Amino acid sequence: MDFLILNDLGFPILSVLIFLPLAGGLLMLCIPGDTAAKYWALAVTLATAAISLPLYSHFDASTARYQFGEHLPWIKALDINYTLGIDGISLLLVLMTTLLMPLCVLGSWKYIDKRVKEFMFCLLVMETSMLGVFMALDFVLFYVLWEAMLIPMYLLIAIWGGPRKVYASIKFFLYTLAGSVLLLVAIIGLYVSKGTFSIPALMGQDYSTTFQMLVFLAFFLAFAIKVPMFPFHTWLPAAHVEAPTAGSVILASVLLKMGTYGFLRFCLPITPEATRYFLPYVLWLSIAGILYGGFTALAQKDMKKLIAYSSVGHMGFVTLGIFLLNQRGIEGAILQMINHGITTGALFFCVGMIYERTHSRELAVAAGVGKYMPFYVTYLAFFSLSSLAFPGTNSFVGEFLILAGSFAQNKILSACAIPGAVLAAAYMLRMLQRVIWGGTDNPDQSALTDLNLREIVTLAPLLMFVFWIGLSPEPFMDVMHASVTNLIKQTGLASNGAVTLSSLMLP
Amino acid sequence: MKLTLFAPELFLLVGSLVLFLAGSFGASGRKARAITLAVALGGLVVCISSLHAQGMLFYDTYKVDLFSQMLKLAMTAGFAAVLLFGTELKGVADDVRPEYYLFLTLSTLGLLMLVSSVDLLTVFISLELSSYSLYLLVPMRDDHSGLRIQMESAIKYILFGVVATGVMLFGMSYVFGLTGTTFLAAAVPALHAMQFSPAAVIAVALTMGGFFFKLAVFPFHFWAPDVYQGASNETTAFIASVPKVAAVALLIRIAMMTPSDSHAVVSLLALLSVCSMFYGNLVALVQTDFKRMLGFSGIAHAGYVLLGIVTLRESGYAMAVYYIIGYLAMTVAGFMVACKVSKNGENVSIADLGGLYKRSPLLAFTLAVSMFGMAGIPPFVGFMSKFLLLTEAYNAGLLWLVVLAAINTAISIYYYLSVVRVTYTSEAEDPSLLHVDGATKAVSVILVAIIIALGLLPDTVVKVASEAVKTLL
Repeated sequence: MDFLILNDLGFPILSVLIFLPLAGGLLMLCIPGDTAAKYWALAVTLATAAISLPLYSHFDASTARYQFGEHLPWIKALDINYTLGIDGISLLLVLMTTLLMPLCVLGSWKYIDKRVKEFMFCLLVMETSMLGVFMALDFVLFYVLWEAMLIPMYLLIAIWGGPRKVYASIKFFLYTLAGSVLLLVAIIGLYVSKGTFSIPALMGQDYSTTFQMLVFLAFFLAFAIKVPMFPFHTWLPAAHVEAPTAGSVILASVLLKMGTYGFLRFCLPITPEATRYFLPYVLWLSIAGILYGGFTALAQKDMKKLIAYSSVGHMGFVTLGIFLLNQRGIEGAILQMINHGITTGALFFCVGMIYERTHSRELAVAAGVGKYMPFYVTYLAFFSLSSLAFPGTNSFVGEFLILAGSFAQNKILSACAIPGAVLAAAYMLRMLQRVIWGGTDNPDQSALTDLNLREIVTLAPLLMFVFWIGLSPEPFMDVMHASVTNLIKQTGLASNGAVTLSSLMLP
Repeated sequence: MKLTLFAPELFLLVGSLVLFLAGSFGASGRKARAITLAVALGGLVVCISSLHAQGMLFYDTYKVDLFSQMLKLAMTAGFAAVLLFGTELKGVADDVRPEYYLFLTLSTLGLLMLVSSVDLLTVFISLELSSYSLYLLVPMRDDHSGLRIQMESAIKYILFGVVATGVMLFGMSYVFGLTGTTFLAAAVPALHAMQFSPAAVIAVALTMGGFFFKLAVFPFHFWAPDVYQGASNETTAFIASVPKVAAVALLIRIAMMTPSDSHAVVSLLALLSVCSMFYGNLVALVQTDFKRMLGFSGIAHAGYVLLGIVTLRESGYAMAVYYIIGYLAMTVAGFMVACKVSKNGENVSIADLGGLYKRSPLLAFTLAVSMFGMAGIPPFVGFMSKFLLLTEAYNAGLLWLVVLAAINTAISIYYYLSVVRVTYTSEAEDPSLLHVDGATKAVSVILVAIIIALGLLPDTVVKVASEAVKTLL
C-alpha cells in the first residue's frame, strides 16, 4: 500500500464528497415542494464544493502518490476493496466537478419546470458517481461507479430532453455500455493474471505483449467512445442537442473527461507496450477528430450542435496531448480537460439561456441579440474566445502546451493539428458575429431580456477561471507535475526515448 | 430420525393439508389466501430458524445442510412475496382459488424437497411433485379474452415437461447402470473414477436435462415464453422465479458428478450457455408482451447462470447460487409490477406500462430497479452477480465465453431500457392512479432494498454460498 497516503484530515473527505450528494438527494425526496428541492439541491452541491476545497489546500504536490486515501475491504471473496485516493491527475477533475455542480443546479432553475425534484435527484446521483470515478483506486469500484452514472444521465436525457430525446438517450446508453462491457472483461482479465483489482498495483506490471494488446483494445474502445474520439463520436451530437442544459454541461464538462481520464489512468500505465504500439493510430485518429470536429462545427446552424462538434475537435487535442507521451503534452492535455470543462460548460449554459428566451437553438433565431443582451454577449464573447484558444484565456495555455509537446515530437503531426485551431477560430467567430450583430434577415430581438442576476452568477465563476488559468496557470500546473512525471516513467518512455518521426508512420 | 430437520417442509405439508381440507369444506378464496399467507410467512420463520440445521434423513436420501436451507429460505421468501402482492388474484376465477392456493403451496413444498434431495429417486419425486402442481396452475387462469391461451400453454408445458422428465429419467438410468447406486454421494466418486467415459458424459448430460427444462435453458426453453404469457400474472411470477432456484441447486448437485477436467461436459454446458444467451436476448428484443419478453430474458439469464456451473468448481457454483438469488428478487419485482398494472388479470404489453411513473411512482421505481438490475447495471445485484460469474468463468479459462456473455449484456440493455423508457417517458392511456395496497408497497420496498443491498454488499451471501457449496456432498 505504499502508493497510498491515508487521509489524515480527521474525517474521510473523499467518502464524504462521494456520498454527500447521494445522501442529500435521498433526503431531498422527503422534502415537499419543487422550490424547496431546488434550494436544497443547491445547498447540497455548494456544501460538496466547499468540502472539496481542502483537497487543493492540503494536496502535497511534491509526490506522485495517491492522497487522502481510504481503504476498506468490500468483497472479500475476490479481494475487492473500497479504495479511494487522488493524485495530481484526478485532483483538478474532482474540483472541477464539485464546482460545476452548483452551477448546473442554478442553470436548471427555470429551464426545468416539470418533475423538478426528480431532476435534482438525478443531478445529485450523477455527482456521486462522477466524483467516485475520479477517486476510485479499485477497478471494481471504478467500474460500478462508471456504469452507475449511465442511469441518471439516461434519465436526464430521456425525461427532460428535447424532441428526439428517446433516440438520443438510447443511443447514448447503448454506445457507452457497449464500449464498457469489454472494459469489464479486460478488468477481469487483469484480475485473473495478477490476482488483484487494485489499480495502482496493476500499473507497471509485467504482462505479455498479446495480453497488453487485448487489454488496451478493450480499454481503448470504452474510453474512445466516452471521449468521444472520431469515429466513435456519433452518439455525442444527438445526446448534447437533446439533453437539457445541465445535462449537456455535465456531459461535456465531466463525462467526456472520464474517457481521457481512463486513457491516463489505465491505458498508459497498465499497458505501456501496447500504448506505444497503437500510438500512431491514436494520434492520427486524434488529428482526424480535430479536423472533422472543426469542419463539421463550421457547417452547423444549431448552436448546440456547433458546440457539440467543437467538443469532438477539442477532445481530439486532449487525446493528442495524452498520446504524445511527453511531459508537456500530457500536462497540456490535463489542463485542456479542465479548460474544455469550463469553457464548453459555459457555452452550453449560454445556449441554454438563449433557448429559455427564444425556445430555439438555431443560430438564425439568436442572431442579433447583442443590442438587447449586452451582458449575455459579453459572456458569450469571452467564452468563445476561450474556446478558440485566444491568448490570455485558459484554452490558449492548454492548446499551446499540447502543440508545443507535439512540435517536440513530430512536426508533421503538429502541422496537421494546427488547422484545427484555425477552424475553431472560424466557427466560433462566425457564431459570435451572428449572435452579436446578426445578418440582413435579423429577427426583432427587442423582446428579449438580458441576463438576470442568477444567470450572471452562474457564469461568473466560469469566466473567472477562464482568466485565472489563462493568465496564471501555475497553481493548476504545479499540482499535476509529479504525477505526470511518474506516469511518463511508468510508460517506460523515459528510458526508451521520445517518439520519433519514423515511429509515427503506421506499421 | 430428527423430524426437526424436516421442519420447513413439514410446515408446508401440514399447511397443504389444511388447505386441502378447507377447500373440501368449501372455504372461500379469501380464506384460502389467508391460510396460504400464514403458511408462507410461518414457513419463512421456520426456514430462518432452521438455517443452520444439518443432518441426513430418510435413509440418507435427503440432506439438510446450509446449502439446502439457504435456498429453501430464498424460495419460501419468493413464495411469500408472490402471495403478498397477489392480493386480488385477478387472473384466477373465484371458485378455483382454494385449489389454486393448494397447488401453489404443494409446488413450493416439492421445490423445497428438491434442494435437499441427494438421491436420484427423491430428486425425481420432488421434481414431479412441484412440476405437476405447476402444470395444474397454468390452466386455472380465468381468461377473459376467450382465446384460451392458458390451455395451449398448459398443454405445451406438460408435454415438454414430460419429455424433459423422460430425458432426465433416461440419464438417471445411465447413472444407476454405470454406478449401481442412486445415491449422489456414492455415484459421484464412482463416476469420477470412471475417467469420464462417453457413457458417463451422456448420463450426466441427460440427467441435467430435467433441470435445463426447469431453468428454461436452450433448447429446453420452448415452454417458457408461452407459459409465461398463458398463465395468470401471479402464477407466472411464481413459475418464473422460485423453481429456477431449485433448478440451479440441482444442476450444481449433478454437475458435481463431473470431474473438473471433463472437456465434454464443459463444452456442452458452454454451448448451451451461449445458445441460451443469444437466443433469449435476441428474441426478447422484438417482444411487445411484457411477460413474454421476461420469458425470453429468463432464457438468457439461464445462460448466464450456466457460466457458473460450467466452471465445475466450487467457487463457480457459489456465484451461480448468488446469481439466482438475485435473479429471484429481480424477477419477483418485475412480475409484481405486471400484476399490479394489469387491469383484470389480462396480459400486460410493454406499452401498458406507459406513464407508470405518474400512476404509481413506487411501482415505476421498482420496475426500473428490476430492469436495470437484470440488465446488469451497477449498483444493482444483477451487475455484481454477473461480474462475479464472469470472473469465475474467466478464471476457469473460458475467455471466449466471457466475451460472448459481455456482448450479450450489451444486447439485453436495449429491451430492458425500453421498458424503463416507456415507464418514465410515455403517457398512459388510462392515467388513473393505480391502487397499491400496503402489502405490495412493503414488498416493493423490501425487494428494492434487497436488489440494491445484494448488489453493493454481496460479501455475506457470497460467503454463505461458498460455505454452503463446500458442504454439498
